[in-house]
Amino acid sequence: MIGTVRVNWIILKTCIEERFVYRADFAFATLVRFLPIVTNIFLWGAIYAVGTESAHGEMNGYTYNEMVAYYLLAMVGRAFSSMPGLASGVARDVRDGTVKKYLTQPIDMLGYLFWHRVAHKLVYYCVATGPFVLVFYLCRNYFPGWPDSWTIAAWIASLIMGFLAGFLIESLIGLISFWFLEVSSLLFIYMMINYFLSGHMIPLDWLPDEINNVVQYLPFKFLAYFPAAIMLGKYTHAEMAHELLIELAWIVALLALNRIAFARGVRRYGAFGG
Amino acid sequence: MPAIAVKNLSKVYQVYRKREGLFASVAGLFRREYREVKAVQSVSFDIEPGEMVAFLGPNGAGKTTTLKLLSGLIYPSGGEATVLGHIPWKRENAYRRRFSLVMGQKNQLWWDLPAQESFRLHKEIYRIETAAFERRLDELTDLLEVRRLVSQPVRELSLGERMRMELIAALLHSPDVLLLDEPTIGLDVVSQRKVQDFLKYYQSEQGITVLLTSHYMKDVQALCKRAIIINEGELKHDGPLSDIIDRFSNHKVIDLLFAGSEVPADLERYGTVFEVSPPRAKMEVPRNQIPEILTSLLAQYTIEDVAVQERPLEEVISEMFTTTTNQSRAPNEEIASTSE
Repeated sequence: MIGTVRVNWIILKTCIEERFVYRADFAFATLVRFLPIVTNIFLWGAIYAVGTESAHGEMNGYTYNEMVAYYLLAMVGRAFSSMPGLASGVARDVRDGTVKKYLTQPIDMLGYLFWHRVAHKLVYYCVATGPFVLVFYLCRNYFPGWPDSWTIAAWIASLIMGFLAGFLIESLIGLISFWFLEVSSLLFIYMMINYFLSGHMIPLDWLPDEINNVVQYLPFKFLAYFPAAIMLGKYTHAEMAHELLIELAWIVALLALNRIAFARGVRRYGAFGG
Repeated sequence: MPAIAVKNLSKVYQVYRKREGLFASVAGLFRREYREVKAVQSVSFDIEPGEMVAFLGPNGAGKTTTLKLLSGLIYPSGGEATVLGHIPWKRENAYRRRFSLVMGQKNQLWWDLPAQESFRLHKEIYRIETAAFERRLDELTDLLEVRRLVSQPVRELSLGERMRMELIAALLHSPDVLLLDEPTIGLDVVSQRKVQDFLKYYQSEQGITVLLTSHYMKDVQALCKRAIIINEGELKHDGPLSDIIDRFSNHKVIDLLFAGSEVPADLERYGTVFEVSPPRAKMEVPRNQIPEILTSLLAQYTIEDVAVQERPLEEVISEMFTTTTNQSRAPNEEIASTSE
């Protein structure tokens, strides 16, 4: 047990060091990603202003201010749940044989990838927290004000669980490469679905009821919509707890699926390739 | 008990067979033809603890497949194998802590970080005690002459230096069995020599069991007394290296230095002359006729020096592979077809 903790700690530390090797490129890429946020705020302003004197109308129950607040909070959710390069990285490892390292050494591939990703995120937050704080400060007037501490606690829990759910969904897609080798089209489809069904593009309650009813049963909403909706007071405390439990159930199910996919994938790899 | 025991081990791969052309590509969407490739066919051998054995064969002979089976990366289609009493493809941690696989063409170290970071990670993965780790790292970096380089990012190292780092990473946890797949591939002569010298010294010091594949006969001759030769998935020879020449070469080389500055023109009647640099000539003659040929040569010409040599191992093996391949070209491929 202590051994496992130590291994994970060293993996985490080494990955952080690795991330810092190309720190300038990484910092630049992180900062450039803030540009679309600014343009999107203007875009929503333009959309709300259509046919009116000023951007103060209401659309599907969201005022312009709420929309900007939603969008910024969804971005925070995505900062936790998006996993750039995870699935494609697993696919590359399977294709070029790097996966052998995980099979011949006494190490768990999923655990390794997980701590690698935690390191990746921690370094990202180091760079991105400043700009995020600045954007939120500049946009403070769009927000309704601080919610109560239970809501904030639920929000933090939803962000952490969003990270877990995002990781497990993408690693599962990556593991499909044991069967198909190339998963880039599959990943593209996932990105599209994710963009719509996570609430990244528009709040999920904008979707027609029939679609929204289905989407509420899927895990994607936990990646962006759910954390933002918590902060915007869309849920009562009881509803938050209920949703968090459902998210936890999804995480457990996804973890089980990952384990099964890995065990079967390795068997298949052993039978066909290698 | 042997360190590595392999009995009737077989591995059959199914390889998708695509016919040429667009039409075939579309047809392939509905009906796929598979080719069965028998990569390893009923191979058996035992390797005792402390032995260093060369595993030879041309490309595609089944060497790497066998190493993958022994390291637990793939499952066999038939037969059995145990390494240190473990069945490799069960991939138990207890087994994975006791062997190492080094592939000359694969990099296990972190590309952007100094090798020492990878070593530290190995220390934790393999649960190596700190004191033992420091001692071994010290010893290995000294032996391989890379002490200065452990703090330099791996991507800045030369191929030879990187290979030596790979060896350190593979040996830090003191494995009892080392599987080496082309450890000197692409290395210059000096680096090759360093790796050879190290392996030889390390193996004799630690008494570990080593199975090595290589295309460089110099590696093999420097390191191994015993060779297992495999071709087209089948075992062709298992025994002392020196036996290979006795068994598979019917010729020897006679190296002649003639008096004067000329080489006689009619040497061809004794054997195949393959190198002439007057007054020196080399020719290949049948083994069983050497006494007669030598007597006749010495009687006929004035010869200053004569030497009888074995043919280079490389040539013997290459000839052996060519003959076996020609005799049995691709009998081990069967076409099976399934619909998906």
